[in-house]
Parts: sequence; structure tokens; C-alpha cells
Amino acid sequence: MRYTKAITVTVLTVALVWALNRPWGSVPAFGPLMSPFSGFWQNAETISTADEDIKLGGTQEPVTVLMDDMAVPHVFAHNDHDMYFAQGYLTARDRLWQMEFQTHAAAGRVSELVGERALELDRFNRRLGMGYGAEQTLKGMEQDPQTREALDAYTAGVNAWISSLTPATYPIEYKLLGYAPEPWTALKCALLLKVMTSTLASGADDLLMTNILAKYGPTITRDLFPDYPTHEDPIIPVGTKWPFTPLPLPKTPVDSGLHQLAALTSGLSAVHPRANPAIGSNNWAVGGQKSATGRPLLANDPHLTLSLPSIWYQIQLVSPTVNVYGASLPGAPNVIIGFNKNVAWGVTNVGADVLDFYAIRYKDASRKAYWHNNQWKPTRQRIERIVVKGKPDVMDTVYYTHHGPVVYEAGAKAFKRNIPVGYAARWIAHEPSNEMACFYRLNRARTIDDYRKALSYYVAPAQNFIFADNQNDIAISPNGRYPLKRKEQGKFLLDGTNPADDWHGYVPAEQNPLVINPPRGFVSSANQSSTDPTYPYYINWSFAPAERGRRINQRLTRMNRATIDSLRQLQNDNYNLRAADALPTMLSMVNVNALTPAEKQALQTLRQWRLNNDPGEIAPTIFTEWIERLMDAVWADDFNKSDTLPMRLPTFDRTLTLMQRDSGSHWFDNTKTPVREHLPQVVQLSFRATCDTLNHRLGAMGPRWQWAAAKGTDIRHLLPGVDAFSVLDLNIGGGAGIVNATTERTGPSWRMVVALGPQPKAYGVYPGGQSGNPGSPYYQNMIETWRTGQLNELLYLTSSQARHTRLKRRLTLN
Amino acid sequence: MLPVLLIALLSGLVQLVLPWWSAALVAFAVCCWRSRSSGGAWMAGFLGVGLVWLVYGLAIHLRTDGIFTARMGELLFKRQGAVLPLLVTAVLGGLTGGLAGLSGYLVRAASANSRVSTPPNA
Repeated sequence: MRYTKAITVTVLTVALVWALNRPWGSVPAFGPLMSPFSGFWQNAETISTADEDIKLGGTQEPVTVLMDDMAVPHVFAHNDHDMYFAQGYLTARDRLWQMEFQTHAAAGRVSELVGERALELDRFNRRLGMGYGAEQTLKGMEQDPQTREALDAYTAGVNAWISSLTPATYPIEYKLLGYAPEPWTALKCALLLKVMTSTLASGADDLLMTNILAKYGPTITRDLFPDYPTHEDPIIPVGTKWPFTPLPLPKTPVDSGLHQLAALTSGLSAVHPRANPAIGSNNWAVGGQKSATGRPLLANDPHLTLSLPSIWYQIQLVSPTVNVYGASLPGAPNVIIGFNKNVAWGVTNVGADVLDFYAIRYKDASRKAYWHNNQWKPTRQRIERIVVKGKPDVMDTVYYTHHGPVVYEAGAKAFKRNIPVGYAARWIAHEPSNEMACFYRLNRARTIDDYRKALSYYVAPAQNFIFADNQNDIAISPNGRYPLKRKEQGKFLLDGTNPADDWHGYVPAEQNPLVINPPRGFVSSANQSSTDPTYPYYINWSFAPAERGRRINQRLTRMNRATIDSLRQLQNDNYNLRAADALPTMLSMVNVNALTPAEKQALQTLRQWRLNNDPGEIAPTIFTEWIERLMDAVWADDFNKSDTLPMRLPTFDRTLTLMQRDSGSHWFDNTKTPVREHLPQVVQLSFRATCDTLNHRLGAMGPRWQWAAAKGTDIRHLLPGVDAFSVLDLNIGGGAGIVNATTERTGPSWRMVVALGPQPKAYGVYPGGQSGNPGSPYYQNMIETWRTGQLNELLYLTSSQARHTRLKRRLTLN
Repeated sequence: MLPVLLIALLSGLVQLVLPWWSAALVAFAVCCWRSRSSGGAWMAGFLGVGLVWLVYGLAIHLRTDGIFTARMGELLFKRQGAVLPLLVTAVLGGLTGGLAGLSGYLVRAASANSRVSTPPNA
């Protein structure tokens, strides 16, 4: 009896310990997680003001790091190696899990962490050649001794932090998902850059446009999808001269074969929507003649998915060769957007057409050869081994042509609806490149010549690099490596057998669009068309809608004696220019008499609106919904958004032009009804549908209709569904197409304003905090400042002995 | 009282270097050696390990103003507040320690029984 009892209870104890020591499905192992010695408790942090002396053994000389009250490290090193080592170490200390997770995602390794449900995502990233592209970029970075040194030192710094960790000190996400950090490599830095290229330069409507062309023919397609919008104010001001002799453009092949191509595109599935059009950015620089100090001012706010841990990491880097402050990307050396003593720079996305799809004709089912230039050419195989948590590894063979990888073989299901099946992807991200060389030089730039030299190294994702220096030069350049193509080459799918459809080299870097010190006294960009149609090369046929850019330019034109604060206010501008353009036309067509009292009230709200997307306004909620309903009402019958032959809709700019100039157009007729509708009916119906929808979703008009509440801006943790580590339902205005581009899930991921002068004066903030640890007081401490449109002063220190009330502690790395 | 203190002290030290379940080994060993009843062993293990977990957790909670305790409470139990994380921590530690302590006592009792198998009055 006693034996039985002893054995039973002992077995029960062992079983309890075993059960608590392992995860159950998505429930983490509770024993190690709840233990105060090793679990989540160990991730709870407090504000420390104690100096630290850290022995690492990776630096050549001691590095001094001053930490300010926002936990921004100011790194003072005696040489570049030690400086980049410290950058890697400090960034990993605050952001290790995020760095590794993002690079795992880029490399198609999420299944390793979460199991089979990420398999198609991983397969997609691999088949698009993310890993292949990172390997190419790494080659480029390692050829240049300066960037190789920075990369190696940064990598060693990250690994110095990783090797100091124990399971008890792992970031909380490792404990929740039950895995351990692996050593950092230089390849991961390259993968991180591919994440940015994939976010910003993987949009492609080639398939959707080809389907439209097949259905409507070239005349209608050109009419509804023009290469330049009606309302536009391009980044390079109209009238700017192109001071070069352009290369001849490639000829259009006689038989483009486009109609045959369209036939190949059936069998698609829609798993993911198209790239988010709200991802964009603003930047501008005001020349000395328009500023209060007589020296230039520069502002930048890149809009990306609002996420925690934050996308950016602030740092000041000082060595004998450089003293730079700004926002860095966790996982990459150098500052990406920032300033030094003499210059400031920033970036917005260009949205160049640098991803094209080529129809591939294999010789036979073995896929060993494909037809090109009247001969069979060999393919190359790349075997992708995908490790899946709790399942056997999955092997996937990708066939590479000289164009690039065949993303999906005929008969396969595409992960994204804009990826054609049976086509090879030619993507700029597959080229050997060394973007780091550009930032290395920008960090050290003194003059506009240094800026131009730095830009010549940059490949992708193409950015509108804005620049200002304290010698009163301002400039902007939509810059990147642009394939030399005929106009519209890549608007549609291309013929992979015909060499005339290949990319024909690249636009020479010195012929990229550029404007220096334009007469209007400022430069700016907001992802709109890079140039007017006089630029001799093709960059893309469609860019982000022009409203933000036009609004910025309107305000800058009027601005005189600009200060840091006037630029800060412009960053927070909530004016809805789309409403200003369209609302008079739309309101004039509504028949008030046919409306219910509730609808009349909604109409009245719109009429009284001062056109600001402020958080407490109700009109932006109605207007935004109305635009969506209206676009659907006009186009949904003609352009299939579903899977069978997916298409895109014409832009709002084109729709508004049609409404204002050709209101009798047959496009306003709903072909699905027997009667012939005209524009006023469409406007009326869409307005009533808007009221219906809002009423259904939000109840009768009231506080829930207010813009901030209806929009519901969230800043979410990178792991889907982890609300406890997210900040939800922020009370904030703005929106898509607004200068303050804060939408539901995207927004200004970093706001910076710099005043150049004898010493730079700079302000900035991002929606998060320096620490990636949800248990740290620095995890989200800047969000409130960001939400209310305020900025923090960025401390630009010139010496490791500097004193300032905001400096809290000193770390010494040996 | 002594077993409780012993378990608390030793398990606290051991868990600084070994995984969390090393606390169970300590409770087992101490109760195997010192405990005089099954109820006493259970209590000694439960309190010895549970209190250490509770006090350590509480100390961290207070030192860090409870920011993370609240977030973890929401993540794991869908409730704001520190009560559940602290309670579950203490109970998990206590259960592990208590069961291990009880096992220790029972194993000793069983093996003592086998050594002295004849009743004293025989």
C-alpha cells in the first residue's frame, strides 16, 4: 500500500513537472514562463541610472556610451570598428528578437517558429528569391572594404550580446514561442534590407493590367489607366531641365504577344490583398531664403506599418570619421535617416516599376530548359529546405531563368493575387548591390557633392533622397537603380521568350532625376510622380495619389520665415485635399429631397465640414466611406476584383476627372442592371449606401462616428494577435492621402525636423520606444508625444564628456 | 518550520543556476530527510517553493511598478492587474513543491517500511 502511494504520488509529481515544462499547442510552457527565476518576471525592467562597465572583449579600445532620458545611446568610439561593434551590441540589447524575427521572415523561416500555418508565406518569400537576393547583396557589401568592416564589426557586436544571454534573460517572445536566438550573421543584415525592398518595391499590377488589356483592348486601357494623372505636382518641379543626353530607349517588339499571355493567368487564388497603398512617406527641405534662421530646414516622416517593437532605433554614432544622429534600422549598421554637423537627409519611397513578370516556356516537364532568343537555355535549380516546427522538413525546388526565379509553376496556387502563375520574376532585389555604402557616405557627408556621390551607390528600394546642408544647398533625387526600359515596359506582363522584352541595362546613376536649389525655394516629395512626362526614361506609369504632395507644396509655397515648429505643424496637417477636390462635385449631385432625415443630417455634416480629418470630426468618416462606395458603384461591374481574372480599378484621380469632364460617360452605367444609370444616380445611391453601412456598423450618428473612433488606429506587436503588447484605438486624426498619414494600421513611423546651422538643432519622435521589451518602461514611452504631434529634442553631442540634464548614465564597453 | 525554511533557502539558491524544476528536487530531498507526516511534507514543499516564487515575483512586481505584470496578466489570463499572475506563480510553485515534498516523504516512508518490515511487538 505504501509502495503504491509513494509510486503514485512520485509519478504524479514527475508528470506535473513534465506537463508544465512543455508547450501545449500555442500555450507556452507554464513552468519556465511563470518561474520568477527564469520566466517573464525576469523581463520586467525599471529605469536604471547606474553607470555600467561591460567587459566584452570585442573592441579595440574602450567605447563610451552616454544614455539619455529616452534611452537613446550616444556612442563615442576611437575607431569605426569599435563604433559599429557598439551599434550592433546596443541595438541587439534593445531589439534582438525583432531583428531575428524580421530576418527569419525574410528568409522564409517562420514555419520553424510557428509550424505549418506559415508554410505558404515562407514558400512565397523563398520562391520570390528573398534569400537569393540577400546573398547577392551580401556579395556586393563584402566587396567594399569599408562596408565589409562595418558589417563584420556590427555582426560581432550583436553576437557579443547574444552570447551573454541565458534562457532567463532571453527576450520574452523567445520564452513565449519556446525557442532560442541563433548567432547573427552578415547575411541577416542583407536579409533585413530585402525586407525593406519587399515592403516598398514589390508592388506589381502587371497581371491585373494585362487582364484589363485583354478584356478592353489598348485604347480603353490607356484612357482609364493613363501614365500621368490629371491632378499632379511632381517631385521634380515642372520645367526643370534634364542636363544630359539620354541613352536610346529599347524598341517595342512588333508582336508583343500580350493577348496570349493573358490566357496563361487563370487559376489564381486570392489569399492576401494587394500591397497596402497607405505605405508612403513625406519629406521636404526649405531653403535659407524661406527660413527664419536663413539656413535650410529639413523634415521627413516615413509611413510604414505601425508596429511594436518600433521599426526604427535612434542612435548617435561618433568616431574620428563621423558624428551622426538619426534613425537606424535594427539589423543594419549606420543611420538611415538623420543628420550630422553639416547636412541632414531623409527618404520617401519612389515606387519604381522594378518587379516584372516574364512568361516562361519550358522545353518539357523536366523544366531543365526554357525558350529564349530562339534557343533552349538551361534553367538553374535552387532547392529550398523549409524547416517546419513539429513536422518533417519540406523541400521546394525553384527554377531560375536569366530573368529570375519562376515564382509559381503552372498549376500552382499563388500566395498573393497579383503574382502570375507560370512566370519568372525579374526583380531589382536580385541584383548584387551595396546600399550600405550609400548610408556609410551619407552619414559622413559634408556637402552636396558628397550627397550625390553617396546616392550613386544606392540600388533598391528606390527612394526620394532629400538633402539640406548648412551651406544653403537643398536637393531631392528620386534615386535608385532603374532598369532601362521602353515606356510602359512592365505595365503589363512580358514575354520571356523574346529578348526585346528583357531589361536592357540600367539608367546611368548620374541621369536619375535630380533638382538642386529650385527657384521656388523648397524641395519635397510624398510618393507622387517622380517627374512630369518630359523625363526621358520610364520609372513607373502609376505613383501614389498626389494629394499629400500637392498639399505640402501648397503650404510650403505660402510659408515664409519657416521654423522647426512650422514644419512640425505641417507634418501634422489634417487637411483632406481629396475632399476639397471632389466634395463640391459630389454634393452638387445629391438630391436632398429624396433623403431620409438621418441621411439629411449626414449630408449637413459634410456640408459644414472644414475639410480637416481631425479626431473628433464625423465628416471624415462619412466622406471616406462614401468614396469607397462611389468607386465600387462606378467600377465594380466593369473591373473584376475577384480571382477568376483579377483586375484593379482605375485611380480616384481618373474617376474624378471622368465625373467632372465626362459625366455622361457610359462607365457610370451599372451593366448588371437593365436600366441605364447616370452619374447623379450613382452618387445618390452611393451616398445612401454610405449612410446605411455606417448606421449598420456604428449605430445612429453619434460619438462612434467620430473619425478617430471609426478609424481605430492600432500599433500592433509583430506577433499577430498579441494585443497585450500592442497599443490599440489611439485617439488620433489624419488618414490615407492626408499629410498626417495615420491610417488604421500605418502611419508616420518616424518624424524628424532638422534646422541646419553652425550646430544642427533637431527634433524627432517615433510611435514606440527604444526598447523592444514589453516589460521595459522604454517600450512605448514616446507614443503619447507622437500621438499629440509633439517632438522630442534630439541631443546632438560633440564630446563624450558632454554634460546635459537629459543624460542619465554612462556605459563603458571594453 | 525548519523544512519550510530549508526548502525555501536551498531551492532559492539552486534555481539561480538550474532550471525551475530543480525546486522540486530540493523539496523532495528535504522532505525525504526531515518530514514526519504526509501533511507536514505537503505543507513544507508547498510553502517552501510557493513562498519563494511569490515573494520573488512580488519583489520584481513592486520594483518595476508592475508594468509588465499587468501586460502578462492580460496576455495569459485576458485580465488586467497583477493578482492573477502573482497567484498563478505562487500556486504553480506551491503545487510543484508540495507534490515533490509529499513524494519525498512517501518514498522515505515506503523504504523505511521495507527496512523495518516486522512490527515491533513481534
